[in-house]
Amino acid sequence: MSELEDLYQEMILGHAKAPRNFGRLEPCNAQAQGYNPLCGDRIGVSLLLSDGRIADVRFDGAGCAICTASASLMTESVKGRTRPEIDAVFHRVHDLVTGKGNRDDPLLGKLAVFGGVSEFPMRVKCATLPWHTLNAAFDQSSTPVSTE
Amino acid sequence: MNNSAPLPGSGALRAEFPILERKVHGQALVYLDNAATTQKPRCVIDKLTECYTQWNANVHRGVHLLSQEATEHYEGARSVVARFIGAKTSDEIVFVRGATEGINLVAQTLGRTLLGAGDEVLITALEHHSNIVPWQLVCRERGATLVVCPITDAGELVPGAFESLLTPRTKIAAFTWVSNALGTVNPVAGMCAAAQRAGAITFVDACQAVPHFRVNVQTIGCDFLVFSGHKVYAPNGSGVLWGRKAVLDTMPPWQGGGDMISSVTFEASTWNRVPHKFEAGTPDYPAAAGLATALTWLDAVGMERVQAHETALLALATNRVGELPGVRIIGTAAQKASVLSFVIAGIHPHDIGTILDRKGVAIRAGHHCAQPVMDRLGLPATARASFGVSNNSADIDALVDSIRMVQKLFGS
Repeated sequence: MSELEDLYQEMILGHAKAPRNFGRLEPCNAQAQGYNPLCGDRIGVSLLLSDGRIADVRFDGAGCAICTASASLMTESVKGRTRPEIDAVFHRVHDLVTGKGNRDDPLLGKLAVFGGVSEFPMRVKCATLPWHTLNAAFDQSSTPVSTE
Repeated sequence: MNNSAPLPGSGALRAEFPILERKVHGQALVYLDNAATTQKPRCVIDKLTECYTQWNANVHRGVHLLSQEATEHYEGARSVVARFIGAKTSDEIVFVRGATEGINLVAQTLGRTLLGAGDEVLITALEHHSNIVPWQLVCRERGATLVVCPITDAGELVPGAFESLLTPRTKIAAFTWVSNALGTVNPVAGMCAAAQRAGAITFVDACQAVPHFRVNVQTIGCDFLVFSGHKVYAPNGSGVLWGRKAVLDTMPPWQGGGDMISSVTFEASTWNRVPHKFEAGTPDYPAAAGLATALTWLDAVGMERVQAHETALLALATNRVGELPGVRIIGTAAQKASVLSFVIAGIHPHDIGTILDRKGVAIRAGHHCAQPVMDRLGLPATARASFGVSNNSADIDALVDSIRMVQKLFGS
């Protein structure tokens, strides 16, 4: 498989074309906006938190295939989880896309599909922007999060 | 014109660019990001080496031979630039780090003294951020208003809008000659004439003009013009602010330091004459010498040949890329130079850029430091191929082939 085919795997293209949990959650009790000024990716994440767990989550905005697929797969991954559990997953995702992780890590599940990103350092921020935005929503940050 | 100079796009001319010999991801480099920065011909690279191996010394200072030679190279470069853009005297050439610094210089000197509450600075919706933010800053400080001339869906100024926005309150009109995001060529001579009739100072951003066609400040009739050296085959750190001497003479200094003073005491200092008044500190004389080399080289190739070659390339690229299914050209002005912005249905420009890069094709993907242009056209970003003197039709073939590959990979 070429590096490009590894980056743009079927699952990533599928989620980019038909993202899951797309839109704004209403009502929600936490939300944040994320922005990558380098490429113009914008992601909004809205959360419904219940007893410290994500009861529901949606994202909206416009981004590249990597960013959109990352947001889509992230929303699937984090539903029902607590923040510490999500922190642990994001830690593995971050390691994975920066070339320090392992695709076979069971905690990653479907998110292992982002392993190809590590060969494209300029695209790491595309994959991590949704996660940073999710963290900002948790923090109820009033200012948009930026990858810069 | 030196008829022995190689033709634009020819193998002989491409051989003058050492970087074109390198491989990118195992592929031949197809460099189509000239609007961001240009690659350098060997003579420019050699000029920098010559400086540091032969005549490096601080300018305007030493009594020793090296300083004298460095000063001759630096001031000689000023004369070359003056001739290249049709300035009446080399005293009108202020060396700056790049266009951004030149714009800030005028905004912070002339802008601060000229603008008062209720005054207006007129720009256009096509500007690069560097021709928006410096004016925004000085307008905020002086209580003045930034007025923006709108554009059409094609990326041209709305007909008559620029003239209708000129009022007695318009103190400065600052606009780009060629849009870096869309390639639109503005009718700058007419805009300068209209603005001057309204009593405004005119300021032209010529970054995307100087590399592509003959620029003459007398023909345009502007008061100021800036361009960056690195976009015209010259070293980074070189840039030019040209201003009419009568206007430059009225302006207060900008940065304080060495070279810009005539005398200094703790009570007060007096300023050196124009242009040195605006060149505080040790200037980047190697870059200035490299700029003169680049402009002399470009003159030998011939600006008329450069323009004819790039016009033909842009037309070819517009046809070839535009006929691909699902591809839309962004910016369809009647007059364009060097820039082909496009989007592909369902594929983000950032993904296009990554995939093209793996084929060795270097383009820009993003907002091109012109977010208001993107907002106006309702796009988060575009992919942009921009052409220069070394590009040829084989580069267009590579661009088209790699766009087809993007579409194949994305199954569209």
